[in-house]
Amino acid sequence: VTTTVEEPPAAPEPPEPPEAPQRPSAGSTLGLSIMRVISAAAIPIILFVLLWLTFDFLRDADANRFALAGVAIVVGVGGVFLLFWMMNRVVDLLSERLRERVRPYVFVGPALVLLAVFLVYPVFNTIFISFENGNSTEFVGLDNYKFVFTDVNMLRSIRNTAGWLILVPLAAVSIGLAFATMADKLRRGEAVAKSLIFLPMAISFAGASITWQLIYSYRSQGFGSNIGLLNGIMLGLGQDPVKWLELQPWNNLFLMVIMVWMQTGFAMVVLSAAIKAIPDEIIEAARIDGASELQVFWRIMVPTIVPTIVVVTTYMVINAMKVFDIVFVQPANAENNGTVVMAERMLRWFFQLNHNGRGAAVAVVLFVAVIPVMIWNMRRFREQEAIR
Amino acid sequence: MSATPVSAPIEPERSGNVGDVRTGGWLIRITIIVIVLLWSIPTLGVLITSFRAEEFVNTSGWWTALAKPFEAAQWTIENYRVAIEGQEFGSAFMNSLAMAIPATVIPITIAAFAAYAFSWMEFRGRYVMFVTVVGLLVVPLQMALIPILKLFTQGIMLGDYIIVPDLDLNQSFVGIWLAHTGFGLPLAVYLLRNYIGSLPSSIIESARIDGADHFTIFWRLIIPLSIPALAAFAIFQFMWVWNDLLVAYVFLGGAGKNIVLTVALRNLVGSTGENWQILTAAAFISMSLPLIVFFSLQRYFVRGLTAGAVKG
Repeated sequence: VTTTVEEPPAAPEPPEPPEAPQRPSAGSTLGLSIMRVISAAAIPIILFVLLWLTFDFLRDADANRFALAGVAIVVGVGGVFLLFWMMNRVVDLLSERLRERVRPYVFVGPALVLLAVFLVYPVFNTIFISFENGNSTEFVGLDNYKFVFTDVNMLRSIRNTAGWLILVPLAAVSIGLAFATMADKLRRGEAVAKSLIFLPMAISFAGASITWQLIYSYRSQGFGSNIGLLNGIMLGLGQDPVKWLELQPWNNLFLMVIMVWMQTGFAMVVLSAAIKAIPDEIIEAARIDGASELQVFWRIMVPTIVPTIVVVTTYMVINAMKVFDIVFVQPANAENNGTVVMAERMLRWFFQLNHNGRGAAVAVVLFVAVIPVMIWNMRRFREQEAIR
Repeated sequence: MSATPVSAPIEPERSGNVGDVRTGGWLIRITIIVIVLLWSIPTLGVLITSFRAEEFVNTSGWWTALAKPFEAAQWTIENYRVAIEGQEFGSAFMNSLAMAIPATVIPITIAAFAAYAFSWMEFRGRYVMFVTVVGLLVVPLQMALIPILKLFTQGIMLGDYIIVPDLDLNQSFVGIWLAHTGFGLPLAVYLLRNYIGSLPSSIIESARIDGADHFTIFWRLIIPLSIPALAAFAIFQFMWVWNDLLVAYVFLGGAGKNIVLTVALRNLVGSTGENWQILTAAAFISMSLPLIVFFSLQRYFVRGLTAGAVKG
């Protein structure tokens, strides 16, 4: 069965490389743009199709699982390297002048093709749906958007999401940064300490919700003993147990804690890598000049890793924007408890209340809300270009 | 696997750090220990619960087990046995590997090429392209599932015209690799561009002067220098893909031979009810591989990978 794997040198039709013009001027511009289009779109597509033809084996449900996993890994991993290698060979066939002008599009082409299919197309699809009614049969103009900005639960979800956006990244990034810096100074045990902070990242969302039930769980009198840690502490202090997840507005904070718990590991690992990339000489020089550790941190480390901080914060903000599972899987009802958030509203309308238009409108509002973050990032992107 | 905060094994000294002034004071050590303890409490709860017998789990808090650790009656490995035997775990594990390894390598490779182009190549439209990629970070995955599923099973039709044919990618590993790649790319491009873009330009310029083309620079210079960022992203993408339930459920199906570990676990929840002791055991089994990946790649996060590269 395993013989269907492709033989590597099966190069796809090179897109007419001899066409590449010898003369440098006017006529070549058209050739160049055609070449760009071909290299950015056609080659990846041809290759994907080619690879896909050899992948039929992977669809075979009766195949031996070990063989299948082996073939999948070889073909999947090998396929992507083959893709770039072949595209690069094709580019090398071009005239020298064209070569370096076409190559960028070969580098970004596969990414753009995949993004176009898997994200851009769904976005346009969503924008389209957001102007239609519940089952997408009629055009309703801005009705869905009116709903988004008037419904009580929607308004509360916007407020809550704003809270998530600010508090979760703030907490996760500052704890992550502080921890990465401090752990960097440890003589031993850094790996262990970091691993333990990172551990929650390895738990799936389903696992995390089980995990935090062990902390927040509440059982009222007569329904068994309280097996949540917080209520265990309350009882130990002689207090009454508390329904933590129904305690408005604090229950929002308790849910945010779960996300901070899961995400700090991400911030910590990425920031730690950035801290370790700071050349030792700079820090040593500052120390020799008599800078205190705090000064080294604020005047040298932080400014050096600002780009990474921005990246991590952006990622956290966007993740906080998308958060739904934590709210969604809680046994307590999000609407009654005032813990609604926008992404959760979107899914609820889309999948449970079967109103595609409203769900899509919430999604579009979320896209629009991220535009300032994008502008901020772009400005930094240009600054980085300017100073290097 | 070190899931308990107690008795942390002594780590070998990191090489860059030998005997310098950076040794932490007591304040730092205590702060670290406090944070680590706080972070470990929930996990510890899961670990303990997963080894407790059912009647204990439901009648007393998990922390009470710590008070009397030698009461043998409450400890059991039965939960793990039930979790492993309950489903076709071996096959689901292999499926998870077949899904997760390519779904980690493919996006990283594609993103690294794109990130290099965005950082160091001049071409028209790169700002617009990069902004678009960053903007796509916010597209909620859940929103994309239905259009993509339609694309996989029906292709795209505009009126009566077929724009994209039905590729029949549903229920196939190729389909789920591509889906995970698409969903993971924005973050991968974003993180890697940030890292690759901050490498000293003198390295790239001197290579250019020596006559290296972009492909060579990328392959011989940028990739080796970017190992920390690549390893860091590999870890996250792997965990993401490994722990994902939604995408796997939609694209590989909820039953049959191709189910992955998370789907098997979910089915376990369905078949055993809300049994915390079994769920926690299952959660620990599925955590094991991501943790191995993390521990084995962690050594790449070392200091000073770029230091000295310029002078060399």
